[in-house]
Amino acid sequence: MTRAVFEQRLFGTLKWLSVVFFVVVTGFPLLYMVSLSFKKMSELLVEPGQFLPTLADLTSLETYRAVLRPTAAGGQGFVLFIRNSVLLALVTVIVTTTLAVFSAYAAARLRFRGKRAISSGILLVYLFPAIVIAIPLFVLFTRFGLRNLYGLVVVYLAQTIPVALYMLRSHFQTIPSSLEEAGLIDGLNRFGVIRRITLPLSAPAIAAVALYVFMIAWNEFLLAFLFIVDKPALWTLPLGLQQLNSIEVPTTVLMAGSVIISVPVIVLFFVAERFLTEGLTAGGVKG
Amino acid sequence: MRSTSLPDRDLRRRRTSALARREERLGWILVAPAAIIVLGLIVFPVLWNVALSLQRIRLIELQRVDFFAFEPTLANFGRVTGIRDFWPTVWRTFVYTVAGTALSLGMGLWAALVVRRSFRGRSLVRGLMLFPYVAPVVAVTLVWRLMLNPTFGIANVWLERLGVQRVDFLGRPSFELFGFELPLALTMVILFEGWRYFPFAFLFILARLQAFPAELEEAAEVDGATISQKFWYVILPQLRGVFSVLFLLRFIWTFNKFDDVFLLTGGSAGTKVVTVQIVEWLRGRADIGAAAALSLILAGILVVLLLIYFRWFYEEETA
Repeated sequence: MTRAVFEQRLFGTLKWLSVVFFVVVTGFPLLYMVSLSFKKMSELLVEPGQFLPTLADLTSLETYRAVLRPTAAGGQGFVLFIRNSVLLALVTVIVTTTLAVFSAYAAARLRFRGKRAISSGILLVYLFPAIVIAIPLFVLFTRFGLRNLYGLVVVYLAQTIPVALYMLRSHFQTIPSSLEEAGLIDGLNRFGVIRRITLPLSAPAIAAVALYVFMIAWNEFLLAFLFIVDKPALWTLPLGLQQLNSIEVPTTVLMAGSVIISVPVIVLFFVAERFLTEGLTAGGVKG
Repeated sequence: MRSTSLPDRDLRRRRTSALARREERLGWILVAPAAIIVLGLIVFPVLWNVALSLQRIRLIELQRVDFFAFEPTLANFGRVTGIRDFWPTVWRTFVYTVAGTALSLGMGLWAALVVRRSFRGRSLVRGLMLFPYVAPVVAVTLVWRLMLNPTFGIANVWLERLGVQRVDFLGRPSFELFGFELPLALTMVILFEGWRYFPFAFLFILARLQAFPAELEEAAEVDGATISQKFWYVILPQLRGVFSVLFLLRFIWTFNKFDDVFLLTGGSAGTKVVTVQIVEWLRGRADIGAAAALSLILAGILVVLLLIYFRWFYEEETA
């Protein structure tokens, strides 16, 4: 057997072993999470090896009811956290995407003094550690009584605008400017050009950016933890889940909470995987 | 040439200056809202953080303290560097960052090579591989904690079936393995880091691989190169640029990472990194000055490491 043939067989086999490895390593935790989210804690304690749920488990939805029920009724009040998270994420998405579209357009297309500084500034800010800005903002917001969802929205904007701006700017640079010049010659003003030419051409990219911003705001933990941990009525889903974990809530109920918090982002990614992947590699989303 | 072209350009500039002025104004109007938010909430806090690190300021005094009238002091820096765990924590952060970054890049390369050519079920595998990265960190850390739970986690159930003693993976600082002292909890945290962020590296490397001109590999094949030779001499050299960028990004983000370690172990069992210690100073000891000082030290160390990297290791991405 020559070396070439040997390697062909070896790597052919290794490839399939690798596929199995990656499927198990990424799929098993997902399966484990979903399975246990249906089980009763007592079942898990008795038979920890039997993690697949029975049909009765699947239909009872005991854990999901326990996690969603309001605290007054003995549940964990997840509906409130869902409301807070949805509100926070949506406002962040709308404001960030709108502001980023305009400023990214300017940074990609228009000539003005300070443009270079802004373009390199974005990159710097985008790499900046959240923890360093978190302390002064914590101080400032405590002093002015802004440690609430409004304050948090503003901080999320500062966190997401640089990413969104960076991604959209790279995208706008790929649109041929001759298209826009044609529009200008035909008598459109700049806003007309943006609205009738640039935006329709960029719809997929803008959607990708919006979904990323949603993902960042939806998953964010550190800033929520620092700012609103002492106000349970304002807890977001990640913060609520983490806090429940520290107060002896049954683990399987926590898994139900984990599934609830994961479903929106996973669904979004599977629906829009292709163009999201392209958007990610264009901008390098922080994480 | 010069004497004729210069006045010409001047003339053109004057003629378009009204238009250029309008463009300039519009540029600023469009950029202003985003710039104000980012300046106000990132640049200003960073500068103010320096001032905070130079004063004795505690959480309970926040409502009445005068932020601008203070005697600058370096006492905060002395306090945070004076504790016994300071240097071990810095070293641990470094080890965690380098190992976590290397692992996620290595796994990302491996995954990209595996799904590079199409096979049945490839898009499903690719989609599944994004799960660790896109799922909320709170959810995936909870799953890991449950899988590694010493009493009813699946890892220990299987270990027990193999006749091995139960292990508290995230709660034990060290573990003896074949005579070596292995920092157990820290290793698990590093494995988590590799698992969670390999999809990020994977996507970048895959995009790069698919942009390769096919001729290079075909030529190597014609010359009789085997698969491993193609990998070492054709594929890997072309990936150097993307690796430089990925290493840089992942290093910076992992070095500043708080969520993962905090949510997995809370910083116990020999896993405390600098960011966790910062939050401890801030939330646990309510010492804002110390937290600000430590965060500056973190940023300073990062800058030094980046300078070293750019001086000796970084390679510009070509093409």
